[in-house]
Amino acid sequence: MSATTAPVRLPVRRFGETARSDRWWIQPLVVVLALTTFLVYSGWAALQGDHYTFGPYLSPFYSPELLGTSPHNWFGPPPASWPSWLPFSPALLILPIPALFRLTCYYYRGAYYKAFWADPPSCAVGEPRSRYRGENSFPLVLQNIHRYVLFLSLAVLAVLFLDVWHALWFTDPVTGAVSFGVGVGTIVLAANCVLLSGYLLGCHSLRHVVGGCVDQVSRAPLGHRAYACVSCLNRRHMLWAWCSLFTVGFSDLYVRMCSMGVWQDFRIL
Amino acid sequence: MAESATFRIWRGDTAGGGFQDYTTSVSEGMVVLDAVHQIQAQQAGDLAVRWNCKAGKCGSCSAEVNGNPRLMCMTRLNQLDLSAPVTVEPMRAFPLVRDLVTDVSWNYRAKQGIRPFRARPAGADGTWRMAQVDAERVQEFRKCIECFLCQDVCHVLRDHRMFDDFAGPRHMVYAAALEMNPLDADDRVRDLRARHGIGYCNITKCCTKVCPEGITITDNAIIPLKERVVDRLYDPVTRLLRLLRGGGDV
Amino acid sequence: MPGYDTSEHDVLVIGAGGAGLRAAIEASARGARVGLVCKSLLGKAHTVMAEGGIAAALANVDDRDNWQVHFADTMRGGQYVNNWRMAELHAKEAPDRVRELERWGAVFDRTDDGRILQRNFGGHRYPRLAHVGDRTGLEMIRTLQDHGIHQGIDVHMECTIVRLLKDGGRVTGAFGYERERGRFRVFRAKAIVLATGGIGRAFRITSNSWEYTGDGHTLAYDAGAELMDMEFVQFHPTGMVWPPSVRGILVTEGVRGEGGVLLNSEGRRFMFDDIPENYRSQTADNAEEGWRYTQGDRSARRPPELLTRDHVSRCIMREVRAGRGSPHGGVYLDISWIKSRLPSGAEHIRKKLPSMYHQFKQLADLDITDAPMEVGPTTHYVMGGVRVDGDTQMSSVPGLFAAGECAAGINGANRLGGNSLSDLLVFGKRAGEHAADYAAGRQLGEVPAPEVEESARRALEPFERGTGGEGPYQVQYALQDAMQDLVGIVRNEPEMRRALDVLADLRARAAQVGVGGHREYNPAWHAALDLHNLLTVSEAVTRSAIERQESRGGHFRDDFPEKDPACATFNLVVRRNDDGSMQMSRVPIPRMPDELRRVIEDMK
Repeated sequence: MSATTAPVRLPVRRFGETARSDRWWIQPLVVVLALTTFLVYSGWAALQGDHYTFGPYLSPFYSPELLGTSPHNWFGPPPASWPSWLPFSPALLILPIPALFRLTCYYYRGAYYKAFWADPPSCAVGEPRSRYRGENSFPLVLQNIHRYVLFLSLAVLAVLFLDVWHALWFTDPVTGAVSFGVGVGTIVLAANCVLLSGYLLGCHSLRHVVGGCVDQVSRAPLGHRAYACVSCLNRRHMLWAWCSLFTVGFSDLYVRMCSMGVWQDFRIL
Repeated sequence: MAESATFRIWRGDTAGGGFQDYTTSVSEGMVVLDAVHQIQAQQAGDLAVRWNCKAGKCGSCSAEVNGNPRLMCMTRLNQLDLSAPVTVEPMRAFPLVRDLVTDVSWNYRAKQGIRPFRARPAGADGTWRMAQVDAERVQEFRKCIECFLCQDVCHVLRDHRMFDDFAGPRHMVYAAALEMNPLDADDRVRDLRARHGIGYCNITKCCTKVCPEGITITDNAIIPLKERVVDRLYDPVTRLLRLLRGGGDV
Repeated sequence: MPGYDTSEHDVLVIGAGGAGLRAAIEASARGARVGLVCKSLLGKAHTVMAEGGIAAALANVDDRDNWQVHFADTMRGGQYVNNWRMAELHAKEAPDRVRELERWGAVFDRTDDGRILQRNFGGHRYPRLAHVGDRTGLEMIRTLQDHGIHQGIDVHMECTIVRLLKDGGRVTGAFGYERERGRFRVFRAKAIVLATGGIGRAFRITSNSWEYTGDGHTLAYDAGAELMDMEFVQFHPTGMVWPPSVRGILVTEGVRGEGGVLLNSEGRRFMFDDIPENYRSQTADNAEEGWRYTQGDRSARRPPELLTRDHVSRCIMREVRAGRGSPHGGVYLDISWIKSRLPSGAEHIRKKLPSMYHQFKQLADLDITDAPMEVGPTTHYVMGGVRVDGDTQMSSVPGLFAAGECAAGINGANRLGGNSLSDLLVFGKRAGEHAADYAAGRQLGEVPAPEVEESARRALEPFERGTGGEGPYQVQYALQDAMQDLVGIVRNEPEMRRALDVLADLRARAAQVGVGGHREYNPAWHAALDLHNLLTVSEAVTRSAIERQESRGGHFRDDFPEKDPACATFNLVVRRNDDGSMQMSRVPIPRMPDELRRVIEDMK
């Protein structure tokens, strides 16, 4: 019979240490590769300031084109007073909104904390640092702006739908006549909008706003239905997030390749 | 299925310990807890293991099987690779008592720190009315069997040992069940931020993955609570609205 | 008590399931300093396994329901050997106890107009079971636990009581050990409430957890209290039978309440073949009517699958013995067929029976929305227990109370599903209330040091014998086999006599059991100490079953297959003689007041 002693804890696991026998590192690795690829491409594309339109198509990275030189611009070209040392691209004015939305998105947060910060690298796997502050204090407490970024992003999404509408009207380069049509580019832009909608409308913050904030959702029939819809999309938020990330990048790539003459846009109608 | 399998079971107590291999026969439908019991009955009578219902309803037999937090009674051997030894070790987030048994008493203390349910006044007939849809949101959280696997896997507790600062996923679920209960009249939003440390959750969703009851802990409990905390403490617009309505906590 | 960690309480509650928690809350609310001892962690007690619901005549779903109907149903189910006073109190007070749970935070399923929803269950005339899907027990214990932890109750978790201490005829304390550290503990108390549950672990196939070793029964018996109705053990008709490791795990009656049907290997709904006379007028005689009943048609009568548990169990045994069973010795329980009646049948099943869906999916690789389950009877509940006063729940030993499954009376010869959860609440509250009142006027009594010393010495004996002796598990398995095979669902005198011989032999073996290792969380040691309890309750069950020469409720004898009206007039009571032998007596059932008699006549 042993004497009674205070309970002890098994030691905290070292970085990467785990008893898991599965290949737990695959998932964070895929996240790192996919996000890095996207970041590099989108950063490069946003800085080009060129080849972002083709016919009636406008790259979603550049929409709305608040200031710019393409026919899609809203308020004319950039002012002459724009400091010369500051690189200008119409994307730089608008891209921060969707970028910030994804940065503060509840799904991406969890994913990149794991994949980039190893906090933790994967479930039940040891961590590199012992210090931890989480989202409890600065800087990560700023993640709580997510709902405002959501509202801005919803406005941008509305503009992207408008772009799809514009992408249905082709101007004949010879006669200048405008006619209805559908190109592969139209489909690409439309698909992008649908997936972005699935992503944005399944947002956790939106779910809170439309009904999650009250205890009796049943009281407001409309709110109840909205809450049910958002909840339904929210269940696959991760899937929507990745699919829409892919299509938004691909939409830019498509417009860019067509504009550069590498790809041929195919008219369906 | 193989006719026998080897289980690498953590044996030891506060004085120290290590893994020990036991080979035992296996048959159709067996779960890890059956194997542990068989080893206990035939080879190691004093092998300590906590269990009760053996039907996934009481949440007593929590352990880490091949490194994954699991209920031993709900982990079937045919889901495991029996060609290699199956490791079974106690939950690592909690202090060890002996072998597979850990001291989970912190969880009970942490729960006591959360404001309990306080019923709002009943209707004229002395009863309460509640719509089924509103009940269902809360019922998901009340499925919790308190196995504490989510607490075990949560890195804030497991790796950072922040037991004084963070109540853990289980108690976020508990708080969510109270906060979203239409019959509850108390308010825990400020507590969630200041005392229960909801800000420490960084939404890595490991708790949701290990929950044997399939409670969507992160998406349905923690994030909605985080949003309520934002409403109350961070969002200037909602604070202004509360001020204009002349009520509530601003 | 020098040399031992001693705590003092006004009221000590042993067992922290529904009854124990409710008793502790009540005693505490009355100002008593309460200690609550539980063998497991708080909130893990067997109450979590209760699935179907809490029977209470709230009349939310069917306004024809009231306490009289509930009372009559309980008495009919118990074959009229119940303690009618307890049945009356239970029927009258259950609705308040359910509403009280809601006030403490329970979230029940709702009716369309937002009230507590009630479901059909075997033996209940109207939909009466307040429920939460199929995890009502969990909801109840969690509600009581979460309420109780703020009432200033001292909870002693993972602590087992091995002996009650008395002074001058009244209980004054209890002696036990901490499971975690192996330390001995002495509890001094003015009143003690036993709420330790049942005895299912005396049988091989059981839905009960390891805790159910008849501790409270034995503690009371050893302290000189009486045990009553021990022959009445309930075998739940539907336990899992395959795979072997899950044999006995409960399949809730709710499956049948939602429309599940029992089929034999020929695909026949055999329950229609044998409907007892006293239930004929309430039972559907065709499948269509039974289905309408499960869907809430108030004009329909209930399907025969929802007859009382004792009867359904015997019908299943009959089919199996006649060779019409399933491959693993059960019959089929099919809920998937309702897909032919409900367009979203699969979804409906998953929603109404989520735990069952997962239980079969995970443990048996079976999708119950697609295929029938294999089920067979499993030891579920003991109607017998400590004989108590119906109003106060006090046993014949002053200061010793009992509530819940370990107390006898309310259920008679057979318990109706759903009555146990309401029993826990109604009589848990009463026991707590009267224990606090009893304690209020008294001082702590003396705990006799020699008895404590002797208990401690005896508890350590298995270590002295070491691993050289036989292990406790082998004795426990032999006991479970003997009780299952010889004193199981179908009994007869020669087999039970043989069981007595086996038990005597096992008692000798138990006295020689040895364990290795040390006292810290040593399951073999715990099992060795539980053997005495298992042996005591097994002997009580067997002797009572021999004495009752008829078949009634959960007690069925193939040498006396009929009910004998002469046997409806008494309960069997066992108590301990001074020489340690078991004394059996027949205690006449007191005459029921005319008003209750009329209630029963009116409901027939």
